[in-house]
Amino acid sequence: MLNYIWLALLLSGIAVAAINGNIEVVTQTALQSANDAVAICINLIGVMCLWLGIMRIGEKAGLIEALSRLVRPIMVRLFPSVPSDHPALGAIIMNLSANILGLGSAATPFGLKAMQELQKLNGGRKQASEAMCTFLALNTSCITLIPATIIAVRVNFNSANPTEIVGPTIFATGCSMIMAVLVDYLFRRANRRTI
Amino acid sequence: MFLSILDVISRWAIPMLLFLVPLWGIIKKVPVYEAFVEGAEEGFGVGIKIIPFLVGMLVSISVFRASGALDVVSRACEPLLVRLGAPAEVLPLAFMRPLSGSGVLGMATELMKTFGPDSFIGRLASTMQGSTDTTFYVLTVYFGSVGVSRYRYSVITGLVADISGLIASIYICNALFR
Repeated sequence: MLNYIWLALLLSGIAVAAINGNIEVVTQTALQSANDAVAICINLIGVMCLWLGIMRIGEKAGLIEALSRLVRPIMVRLFPSVPSDHPALGAIIMNLSANILGLGSAATPFGLKAMQELQKLNGGRKQASEAMCTFLALNTSCITLIPATIIAVRVNFNSANPTEIVGPTIFATGCSMIMAVLVDYLFRRANRRTI
Repeated sequence: MFLSILDVISRWAIPMLLFLVPLWGIIKKVPVYEAFVEGAEEGFGVGIKIIPFLVGMLVSISVFRASGALDVVSRACEPLLVRLGAPAEVLPLAFMRPLSGSGVLGMATELMKTFGPDSFIGRLASTMQGSTDTTFYVLTVYFGSVGVSRYRYSVITGLVADISGLIASIYICNALFR
């Protein structure tokens, strides 16, 4: 699936550039974005170290475990393949909370920690586990209470009411989250049938 | 009122986390600095591990966007989305949403500069911008960090969620702001 999407984006891009007669844009963009990708990863390292360090303190102090226990009833239904006292659930909750509050910089490290824990349960395979798919479905569609970035942009352009889009954003992200959970559930059920 | 609450949360959330977690740690007799360093050590490896995945994905997406292929696709889908009630100006933003976070923010900013943040287009662009996360970036980075290269059905789930978020944005903005 991803192989085809990746190839389609690349090939159609090159084809359109060729038809439009600006093929040099391909060379320039490809090299530039390869550089950008490395810069993004390197920039991520510092923030990641910070939050993974804080998270380890929280783990050892029993905070993550307490948090997992608090949300266990929901998590057990969403992640039936993850043991209910597994540290993955704590990291997932931290990630989703950060997303909900619009704390982008903290969300990614917690999310990657959750993926590591889920990969341990997956036995290090190259194929995604069901729990990973559920987690990413929740993550990409997650309800946002504070769309901090766009509010800042609106303030910048002197909007009369910068936060009036908060309600609509909550509605839109809510719809997208419900659909994600539903589609993910249907896929999981379909998979179980075929096995 | 609402704005000031949001402002307080977004200014205080991170300082409070950095204050409370280590404090709670020392109360629980955790060697806080050692624990911090131990956890932080993992950050480096994760950052490095993502690089090949993100290079592959970002090159493909950037070429698709810069070549004008994105515009071709969004023009082809124009009649469909206009019928849902979205002005033609916001369509490239809708297609950019799952592909590139910085791209979509740039487009939303551009639209607000041109049409004003309180225009229908400005409000719709703001809502769409926040309506979902950048699915391809998230999948690439998250799966990449643990070496998973077969994403199974999660691409479809992510895209269905994106499309739902976009349609919901168009619907709610038409209901509230038109």
